[in-house]
Amino acid sequence: MADAPEHAPKAAAPTGPVEPAPPADAAIPAFITALQNGVSGSVAQLSLYLGDWTVVVPVSHLLQASQFLHDNAGCAFDYLSDLTAVDWPPRAEGRFDVIYMLYSTRHRHRVRVKVKVAENTPVPSVTSIWPAANWLEREVYDMFGVNFSGHPDRRRILMPEDWQGYPQRKDYPLEGPGELLMENPIDWLKLRQAREEADIE
Amino acid sequence: MFDTSELVINMGPQHPSTHGVLRVILRLDGEKVVDAEVVIGYLHRGIEKLSENRNWTQIVLLTDRMDYVAAATSNVGYCETVEKLLNVEVPRRAQYVRTILMELQRIASHCLWVGTHAMDIGAMTVFLYAFRERELILDLFEEFCGARLTYNSMRIGGLPQDIPPGWDKKVLAFCDIMDGKIDEYETLLTHNRIWLERTKGIGVISGPEAIGLGLCGPALRGSGVARDVRKDEPYSAYAEMDFDVPVGVQGDTYDRYLVRMEEFRQSLRIIRQATQGIPEGPIVGKVPRLIKPAAGETYHAIESPKGELGYFIVSDGKSTNPYRFRVRPPSFCNLQGLPRLVRGHLVADVVALIGSIDIVLGEVDR
Amino acid sequence: MIDQFLIPLIKILIVLNATLVGVSYMTLLERKVIAWVQSRLGPMRVGPQGVLQPIADAVKLMLKEDITPTKADRWVFTAAPVISMVPALIVYAVIPFGPTVHLFGRDVSLYITDVNVGLLYIVSVASVGVYGIILAGYASNSKFPLLASLRASAQLISYEIAVTMTLVSVILVAGSLSMVSIVNAQYNSRVWFGFVQPVAFVIFFIGSLAETNRAPFDLPEAEQELTGGFHTEYSGMRFALFFLAEYANMIVVSSVATTLFFGGWLRPFPNVSALHFLGVVPSWMWFLIKSFVFLYIFIWVRATLPRYRYDQLMRLGWKVLIPLAIANLVVTGIVKVMLF
Repeated sequence: MADAPEHAPKAAAPTGPVEPAPPADAAIPAFITALQNGVSGSVAQLSLYLGDWTVVVPVSHLLQASQFLHDNAGCAFDYLSDLTAVDWPPRAEGRFDVIYMLYSTRHRHRVRVKVKVAENTPVPSVTSIWPAANWLEREVYDMFGVNFSGHPDRRRILMPEDWQGYPQRKDYPLEGPGELLMENPIDWLKLRQAREEADIE
Repeated sequence: MFDTSELVINMGPQHPSTHGVLRVILRLDGEKVVDAEVVIGYLHRGIEKLSENRNWTQIVLLTDRMDYVAAATSNVGYCETVEKLLNVEVPRRAQYVRTILMELQRIASHCLWVGTHAMDIGAMTVFLYAFRERELILDLFEEFCGARLTYNSMRIGGLPQDIPPGWDKKVLAFCDIMDGKIDEYETLLTHNRIWLERTKGIGVISGPEAIGLGLCGPALRGSGVARDVRKDEPYSAYAEMDFDVPVGVQGDTYDRYLVRMEEFRQSLRIIRQATQGIPEGPIVGKVPRLIKPAAGETYHAIESPKGELGYFIVSDGKSTNPYRFRVRPPSFCNLQGLPRLVRGHLVADVVALIGSIDIVLGEVDR
Repeated sequence: MIDQFLIPLIKILIVLNATLVGVSYMTLLERKVIAWVQSRLGPMRVGPQGVLQPIADAVKLMLKEDITPTKADRWVFTAAPVISMVPALIVYAVIPFGPTVHLFGRDVSLYITDVNVGLLYIVSVASVGVYGIILAGYASNSKFPLLASLRASAQLISYEIAVTMTLVSVILVAGSLSMVSIVNAQYNSRVWFGFVQPVAFVIFFIGSLAETNRAPFDLPEAEQELTGGFHTEYSGMRFALFFLAEYANMIVVSSVATTLFFGGWLRPFPNVSALHFLGVVPSWMWFLIKSFVFLYIFIWVRATLPRYRYDQLMRLGWKVLIPLAIANLVVTGIVKVMLF
């Protein structure tokens, strides 16, 4: 039968993704070593899980690393499969994981590039490298509120233009604003948070 | 002396040819489209957020509702991603039946595509013929899982029930019927002079540009890029199947049409091989009663009729719901290319191009 | 007295009623034929096999609310569909359904009148129908119907040129403008002009598809066209009148094609006396059968072919059909002078 619907257990909220390091005997793919050599400081962390390689890149190196991955002949990641974000609210170093799923049509290999950002940290937009990122970044902005700097058309895409709040965040209620929207369209989220705090007290 | 300005026309959310609630704002110079802006979100139901509050088995029926034209494919994509997270092996019999169902679904989806595309361009009879064949497929699905559109036909680890006796004979009989019907559609359209004039040279996009724009599926293959997840990263029983991937040359609407028509035939080939070779065995693998994958995240992609359908699922190892459920919808990424395709063409071509990209709004908006 | 007034009046009444009933049953015919092509049944509920459907449609349309847009020009708005319909009906004055027969002790000609410039009359009256479309767009006082009506009328005018050229070729062969003389000329030359002038016939057929706004030339009125067509603001009986006018034009064009190219009321092989038993079917019945075949082909084409884009349609009319029609005319002239 259905689980307890909207309210997940308040205790033990996970603090971050599980990113197991690759075992010592795993062969690091050539494109990752190329990236490590090509753009120094770009690989902050490397992870291998279920056959997928994930590279954590600091925000400052994102554009350079992406350009390298796109242009370098050994990497040739010309296809941006997906661009999404995950919200880890209690995490200290930044609540959002912005994840880029890259694929190379030439070499047929995949890599996941991850960037960890705080709520208001701008992330450089990769639309100049992969035009496919245009709508994908718009959706991440719409759903999470991640600020993509340099995006040609930074607007909401799925929600109405004047919507308040970022629905996919963990602190956004599943049932949405409800009647609060009717009372006070602009500040309904603040109203709700104020009411919740009042309830707790 | 005369000041001409651009006309802005709204191809509104309610329109017979946008195949769903899609809004396209066109800026016209006379009859030429200068620019197009696509507005989506009318069918946004928050499936990703809903899934964070449903347990792993319940999400299967949410995935039906995204690409409702090819629901079995979405089911399989999700189940395979969770099976990857759980590290569970799906028995070969289930793999084969899944492959048959997915290829049947591909034919059904392409039937709907050819019918609506032809109808938008004016050949209304093809619509009725294609739906007649789609009915046969829907009957097969109904016999298997009881539903015609939203199947909920996959479980994590396999299938909820085995195929009914005699079902594989019916599938083979259907394949024989379908061969002749594909020829029927081709007779009506492929060498028809008016069809050629309406589709050749419309919406040309080159391979590298299509890759950059993130197009996938037949829209990408029509431009000459041989990218098919079934061949590049085989899943289910595709590694054991013998089939070709049709690739276009010029990247116009006619090539995308030819690619999909050939995909019909290749799907029939796969179905015949799979049906004739279904191994015996269990229909569901060893899956724990309460599904709780270990903490971790993964991305898995399959080839839906529209393109690369990917699922990115994050599990936190403790709760019975996923932590993050992300669908990479092929129609969303393909629709992104519409403004680029439509630029420079006439208003009457916009409808042909929307049909050529083959979108399902349920998937675009989720 | 009787010969001068009563008999023509009776003929007019018969032809008018038959045409109007025919036009409304054309709607049923179209729906049924297209349905059968698409492997379904069409209207089946009203009456046996759906035969009373046009009556149900007529009743529904008459009971619909009469909406006129506020800023529209009321007079012209109401007049436009009438201007579309009336020329199609008037053309029947010169179409011959049969020769002169002996009925009730009199020699009655199975046509209302035989003007010696019958073909010219047909072409001129049919052209007036274009005004209905233009006025509909203008009277709606809305930019989209206006643009659409201008496009539709441009299409009609362009194809009229090609069609008229083919008619001139037929006149050259027949030697007369009178419709009855043309049929008689086919009798005398023992061959239907469709075989003497195949190119003219094909051009005439394609041109008449465009003239009547039928598929594959129906982009101005297709739903996929964003602007919605010249009849956007029309509803109820006025809307119906436009579409009945379209069917009336179709019947006119089929009748003209029958008369000019396929022997009119003549039975197949009229000069071969061995086939005299075919004469058991009356002459007007042959005429109706042949017209019906053309109507069927019109509907068949609509069910099968995709539609042309507007610029492709205009290109076809101006760059292909008109040169071909003129070439056909020149060749006909040369052959006629040199051989006959």
